[in-house]
Amino acid sequence: MNALSATPSTNAIELAALRSDRFRIEREADWQRLEAIVTRMEKGRLRRIPDEDLLALPGLYRTVASSLSIARETSLDAATLAYLEALVQRAWFVVYGPRSSLTEWLRGFLGGGWSAAVRGIWLDIVVALAVMVAGVVVGWLLVSHDPEWYFALMSREMAGPRVPGASPEALRATLFGDSKQEGMSVFAAKLFSNNAQVSILAFALGFAFGIPTLLLLVHNLALLGAMAWLYHGAGLLTDFAGWICVHGTTELFAILLAGAAGLHIGRAIAFPGERPILQASAEAGRRAALVMAGVVLMLVVAALLEGFARQLVDDTFGRFAIGGFMLAGWCAYFFAFGRGAGRRP
Amino acid sequence: MSIATMRRARLRKERVLVTPEGISLPVTVAGAGARLGALILDLLIILLLMIGTTLALAQIAGGAGEFVREAGGNGPGAKAMQFLMIVWIIIMFLFRNAYFLYFELGPRGATPGKRLAGIRIAARDGGRLTAEMVIARNLLRDIELFLPIPLIMMAGADSGMAWLAATGWFAIFMLFPLFNRDRLRAGDVIAGSWVLERPRRKLEAAMSLHGERAAGAAAQDTAAAEQSPLARRYRFEEAELAVYGEFELQSLERVLRDGREEAIETVYQTIAAKIGREDGWGDERRFLSDYYTQLRARLEAGMRMGRRKADKHSEG
Repeated sequence: MNALSATPSTNAIELAALRSDRFRIEREADWQRLEAIVTRMEKGRLRRIPDEDLLALPGLYRTVASSLSIARETSLDAATLAYLEALVQRAWFVVYGPRSSLTEWLRGFLGGGWSAAVRGIWLDIVVALAVMVAGVVVGWLLVSHDPEWYFALMSREMAGPRVPGASPEALRATLFGDSKQEGMSVFAAKLFSNNAQVSILAFALGFAFGIPTLLLLVHNLALLGAMAWLYHGAGLLTDFAGWICVHGTTELFAILLAGAAGLHIGRAIAFPGERPILQASAEAGRRAALVMAGVVLMLVVAALLEGFARQLVDDTFGRFAIGGFMLAGWCAYFFAFGRGAGRRP
Repeated sequence: MSIATMRRARLRKERVLVTPEGISLPVTVAGAGARLGALILDLLIILLLMIGTTLALAQIAGGAGEFVREAGGNGPGAKAMQFLMIVWIIIMFLFRNAYFLYFELGPRGATPGKRLAGIRIAARDGGRLTAEMVIARNLLRDIELFLPIPLIMMAGADSGMAWLAATGWFAIFMLFPLFNRDRLRAGDVIAGSWVLERPRRKLEAAMSLHGERAAGAAAQDTAAAEQSPLARRYRFEEAELAVYGEFELQSLERVLRDGREEAIETVYQTIAAKIGREDGWGDERRFLSDYYTQLRARLEAGMRMGRRKADKHSEG
């Protein structure tokens, strides 16, 4: 293992009978040095590796890779060949491994990668948006036709006072006057955890050709439609819209993106087009994953808005202002920011 | 399992991967057993971590609870409780979603379970393993594992259809890797990644150098190192070397490396009979390693001229 012990003495080179052995003795030191670096990296002792070794790594990798190419053409020493193949593979793992710096990835992600990925799935976003609007309409129509549907969409304990036939005052109380309530931060954390899980599910279900993703979107949005109907009956539709709007523009946008990402994968699997299906789904999957990383980020923002901003801003106009501002911000970021400059996902 | 079946099973898992430099590398796809073992280990670790943090936070919360009672319910104690609750929710979310991400994004490309099983993930196309790939392959875990397992537990065996549906779902995704050549999980399909065995091989001394090195070390100070009687005892004629090819050379190398007496004896007998020499009697190892060195020299010289002799049946 010691790189020094492999330093060839001229004597050893002269003594080697075979040209391929001379080749090996001359290069052994490089191989052993690469192996030492790779072994240390595999053990996770990144910080203990001297900088010059890290800098030398790509060069050493190429040297050893070319040693392998030459050895394959000139040497019949099976053990050396097997060693070189294993070493090049290990070094390849390290050299072409994940980027070690998370901040660098984040910079690329926020500085254009994310918005480029979102633009890349625009068709799926349009479809998912249509499905979500349809979901709201369906929910509204179902409940207005037969109020019993309300409880099919929403469990009784979750509904609380928000039931068909509740007085406008009771409904109004659910929208306003929470600003003194304790435990909002716990509420926000729970909301985030729950919403993130739902959107990851919407994305992952895209694997089944995207159909379950659409069903999940319809179900979640039908609930919104049903509640809208309920508040409409009490003449509180605008206030309800404001109440939803604070975080909804962010949260629903995130769910829209998650659904669209799932759909994107489902579409690539169902209709890969000219490409082989594995390649098509891998390309779609990577782009969708980029979108999803952002969705989780958006849900953090949404939970903060829902847990704090909605409770603290107690009038409908202020809520619309916050929600509208967020929506405009997201749209500007996704569809106007980093055009051309953003790297391809 | 016989050696032949084992070798065939290994061959089925061998693939060739082309690096961006254009070098083809033989790789071995990780078997289903190693994958399952790694997964079980990881789930156990996650479970232990979850239980551990919950207990630790509960311990802290117990102290805070007393404080709340003393302070009368609505003081800094309640705030502390809230804070602990938030920490708990976020930590649980992270264990579930970020455990695999964190480890697979590291330079080792493997979770602790995978590392113990000797496997890691890599990009299927030979290029860089990107963060997007790791994210994509791990988001799919949600429908593969974390959704159906609680469903199965919740439904219970007595609720018939629901249990059957959840178990069927679970089985489809768990068995998915068994139905494709590269043992791809649904998440691997989406991400363009695969799971490979980690190679580990020491550099063995070159067979053809054994004698010379020993001789060189012994005769370092004498000028007559080259003339050392150990350097080459047996010389073989061109005709004696021309009978074998690369395949036989590699078999001979294996036998010499293994160093089992009876195998060396048998191989010596075969070669000696084939080339019609008997002067190596009682010194088989020396005879064979000299034959190996000279055969390799001859075949490698041929290689440099663009002539290769695959085995004893081929011309060259």
